[in-house]
Amino acid sequence: MATETPLLEFKGVNTYYGDMHALKNVNYTIMKGEIISLLGGNACGKSTTMKTIMGVVRPKTGTVLFNGKPIETLATSERVQRGIAPVLEARRLFPRMTVYENLEMGAYTRKKGPEFNEDLERVYSLFPRVKERRNQLAGTMSGGEQQMVAIGRALMARPRLICMDEPSMGLSPLYVEQVFDIIQTINKQGTTIFMVEQNASMALSIAHRGYVLQTGMVVLSGTAEELRNNENIKQAYLGEMNVDAAA
Amino acid sequence: MTSGDLLLQQAINGLSLGSIYALLALGFTLVYGIMELINFSHFNVFMVGSMFAMLILQALGVVGQETVMSGVPLIAILVFTLAVTMLLCGALGVSIERFLLRPLRGIKGPAAMITTIGVSYVLFNLVLLTLGTDAKNFPNPLPPIVWQIGGATLRLREVLIWVIAILLMGGLTYFVQYTKIGRAMRATAQDPDAARMMGVEVDRVVMMSFFISSALAGASGMIFGLYYNLAKVDIGFAAGLRAFTAAVLGGIGNVPGAMIGGVIIGLVEAMSGQVVGTAWTDVVIFSLLVLVLVFRPAGLLGRLAPNKS
Repeated sequence: MATETPLLEFKGVNTYYGDMHALKNVNYTIMKGEIISLLGGNACGKSTTMKTIMGVVRPKTGTVLFNGKPIETLATSERVQRGIAPVLEARRLFPRMTVYENLEMGAYTRKKGPEFNEDLERVYSLFPRVKERRNQLAGTMSGGEQQMVAIGRALMARPRLICMDEPSMGLSPLYVEQVFDIIQTINKQGTTIFMVEQNASMALSIAHRGYVLQTGMVVLSGTAEELRNNENIKQAYLGEMNVDAAA
Repeated sequence: MTSGDLLLQQAINGLSLGSIYALLALGFTLVYGIMELINFSHFNVFMVGSMFAMLILQALGVVGQETVMSGVPLIAILVFTLAVTMLLCGALGVSIERFLLRPLRGIKGPAAMITTIGVSYVLFNLVLLTLGTDAKNFPNPLPPIVWQIGGATLRLREVLIWVIAILLMGGLTYFVQYTKIGRAMRATAQDPDAARMMGVEVDRVVMMSFFISSALAGASGMIFGLYYNLAKVDIGFAAGLRAFTAAVLGGIGNVPGAMIGGVIIGLVEAMSGQVVGTAWTDVVIFSLLVLVLVFRPAGLLGRLAPNKS
């Protein structure tokens, strides 16, 4: 694996919002086929990481490589075309468009044709519920159903990498399990997953590796198992000790 | 004329006015829907559109009311004038957006809106300086065909205005509903950040909304000229304000709402002119606006706040 080109790589990335230094010399290496979990508290730079990948914010210094090629100067649409698709925080479906139209928006950078239909069938078979509801307005669905559509919408881009921002947020425990099952299924079908997730125990249970961010810096990284067994992680994110003591 | 005939006559007039207002209201609503910007330059893009149409017709040899045409040449000249007017106005709208509004994108507050007011005055004064303030005889090549329906009179020009308005509104509805860029426009209106993440180039969507809005304003300016046989530098204000009222009445940002609002304002203008006198028309229209804002602040078909979940 060491000789392979990483699918996504951050090399010394520094991102600012005005004077605020949001990502400090951050390095990530994500190999093809992995599920990577990004952990950290509030305002630690998780969302900034997602925005830097999608091109909503640009790093001031450092490089973002996708499949070995720098992408940090590319527009969001070009990144989507190259195979990066987001599942946005709080789902962010288009509420007054039908489920089908939302899926069409996911494939916005692609031409309609046999590939589109293939991907549509794939989404429908992963989420039979989405197929049933395809003519319903997305805003009228429950949170769990919306998350299915949001993941389906990302798949419609036929991405090589899906960036998920808090996929379990606001969902009932039943849907949380379903979402994590689906993430694993999608990953086994060949899509690399980079996810930000508050639910650290769930995230580390399906991830291969993880990074821990604190105030914009990567303070820890390792395999999911190493992180699960790390005392600091246990204290701060897995709720095995009281959090005040950890701080 | 019986009162029934009067009612019918005012309905005919009202639908014609309503067509003009609806086309113009669509422009306010499209741009507002995408950018949350009230584009006051729209008033005078409409006026410039009627001037474009007048100059094109004159260049094609149609003089005042004297040149009467029929059949294929008539249709050809109308279609050509409409198409060129819409293209020119569309280009004007796109230039306003590209060079005067895009640099202000991302700046919070009323800067962009104030700019559109400034642009409106610039357009007004450019026409004033080049074409003057006098009321011009808008060339009208339509033959004087009239139908009597009971005591009411229906003129060919009214039918023509309805046909143009219905075709354009139908075309717009199809465009917004079923084309890829139309879908991107709706997505951007509902959630611009999410649309960008899907790969939508928001600059292109904004440009498209200005093109369509301004082209529709051009069409509206041309049918205004055909309806009143008049082109004048100050027509933008009264018509624009009524169309803006129509857009708010229907629910600003809502496409069917703008069409319905336009027709309602047209009918109200015609009926109130009949019932309480034309001097009261503005009072009636703007009282209606105030009442709608008090009792249905989001307009007839509008939503108060975008629901983003």
